[in-house]
Amino acid sequence: MPTSTDTDFVIRLDSLSMLYPTKSGGTVQALDDVSLSVRAGEFISIVGPSGCGKSTLLRIIMGLSRQTSGQVTFGPSDDSHRNQLGMVFQQPLLLPWRTVRKNLLTSPDLHHARDAATHAKADELLVMLGLEEFGDRYPNELSGGMQQRVGIGRALMHDPRILLMDEPFGALDAMTRDQMGLDLLRIWDQDRKTVLFVTHSIPEAVLLADRVVVMTPRPGRLADVVEVALPRPRRLENINTPEFGEIVLKIRKLLDSEHSAH
Amino acid sequence: MFTNTKRHAAGREVLAVPEGGTVPVEAPTSSATAVRRRRRRVPGIAHSVLVFLGLLVLWQAVVKMFDVSNILVPTPTAVADSLVDGFQDGTLLTHSIVTLKEILIGFGIAVGSALVSAVLITQFRTVERVLFPLLILTQTIPKVAMAPLLIVWFGIGISSKVLTVALIAFFPLLINAILGFRSAAHEQVEMLRSFGASRMQVMRHLQIPSALPHIFAGLEVAVILSVTGAVVAEFVGSSEGLGYLIQASNFTLDVARTFAVIVVLSAVGIALHAVVVRLGKWLVFWTATPTDTAGGI
Ligand SMILES: Nc1ncnc2c1ncn2[C@@H]1O[C@H](COP(=O)(O)OP(=O)(O)OP(=O)(O)O)[C@@H](O)[C@H]1O
Ligand SMILES: [Mg+2]
Repeated sequence: MPTSTDTDFVIRLDSLSMLYPTKSGGTVQALDDVSLSVRAGEFISIVGPSGCGKSTLLRIIMGLSRQTSGQVTFGPSDDSHRNQLGMVFQQPLLLPWRTVRKNLLTSPDLHHARDAATHAKADELLVMLGLEEFGDRYPNELSGGMQQRVGIGRALMHDPRILLMDEPFGALDAMTRDQMGLDLLRIWDQDRKTVLFVTHSIPEAVLLADRVVVMTPRPGRLADVVEVALPRPRRLENINTPEFGEIVLKIRKLLDSEHSAH
Repeated sequence: MFTNTKRHAAGREVLAVPEGGTVPVEAPTSSATAVRRRRRRVPGIAHSVLVFLGLLVLWQAVVKMFDVSNILVPTPTAVADSLVDGFQDGTLLTHSIVTLKEILIGFGIAVGSALVSAVLITQFRTVERVLFPLLILTQTIPKVAMAPLLIVWFGIGISSKVLTVALIAFFPLLINAILGFRSAAHEQVEMLRSFGASRMQVMRHLQIPSALPHIFAGLEVAVILSVTGAVVAEFVGSSEGLGYLIQASNFTLDVARTFAVIVVLSAVGIALHAVVVRLGKWLVFWTATPTDTAGGI
């Protein structure tokens, strides 16, 4: 694992804070003084209780929301990826008039980059997502979990340098979820994108990540960043090893202590 | 799961049959009642036809039995005769074509200008701030009241009729189109922008398709209003068209002919409405039926 120096990062967050105005005229603090440096090709999981500001954090990095204070800096880019940032949203947000395949091709269509290679990649993704028979179906013919998988595929088609994933597996059943996680790792291993992965499942966070960011309840602060020094490629069997159990326990304790502190 | 389609989820059946120019606008029904209605639908239509035929027979019988003067109410058979005569000597057809032309041109102008205005209003804040209050204000004017003025300004030819039609059809189209262009969920816009879509691309890939169900709801209302508009404008002053024919036959106490013209007008209205509904179902294939957003105005 490379050690982080001051220049060796793709994203650097400096004292990010976020205050949302409320209808009653007050404010809600969603993020409080969040600082984090993410290295190139790193897989980071983010866990924390509901409402602690995980989505807010991704939105700020994506540029969809503007932080109240603090700074987001992006490191020097290698040009192997077409796009800087891509996001898998908490909801699938598919376009209902586009077939599954055309939803996957959203980003290439926007960039006028639909060629044979893109189509081949879309086919490959359909298989990986377990949707090979659904390429010509419309989103309203799909289950919630299937729609969410299309949303993931769409972001992967976009091929960003940094992939932000907001509870992408939230709508999936446990078995599909494990499989999707491992598939995601396989894809990630091909070109080692930088991934920020929000999840509510601690084992999932540990199984996928190099580091797990643990956040406190509102206002979201960084409780700790836990290193996951497990060998790659990861397998489902990893879950049963004592090292794995220890890390999960450590994160669970962090979350519990933060909970009882409030 | 789809925030942007949620509002179209409730099934609504379009049973709106034009009836004296007013359009019943049905509120979206819950899916439960939609299911119940669908089950009853086929026998429902058969029943309607039977009841309709029954009423015709009753009408015929009452007129015959009580020897009602045919200057007041003609028998259905007399109306049918007049209808056949009218088409055979070409009167009904010639006048129908005139009115249809007025409707189609006026409706076309209304559609074009309403869509352009809606795009400008939803895309540019300043246009919205200047135009929207004015539009709301002018919307309160009963448009048919403008028909006499338009005749004064543009003569008794086709242009005054076309403009009356356009004026009447414009507002429901505009309001629905504005709602439509605004109907795309904010999250969807963010999703496209996150993939690097330009404002034009958001418009093309999201806002226009999301607007279609609403636009078609507006078209359904507007097409019926167009028929009314043309007839009213012809009443006010014209030398041809179905509205003129109604007045002329009324003048000569040929009530059977008046009824025949009303039948033709209804047929025109139903046919145009059906074309719009069909086109809507074909274009907006991803939702059950176009949603009514702003109803009859
Ligand atoms: N647009 C907004 N306006 C006002 N408050 C907001 C807004 N978005 C989020 N918040 C508030 O900010 C806090 C953090 O929200 P956020 O969506 O980031 O949480 P989260 O960690 O993603 O939660 P979950 O795990 O449930 O998705 C919440 O208390 C929420 O009420
Ligand atoms: Mg969230």
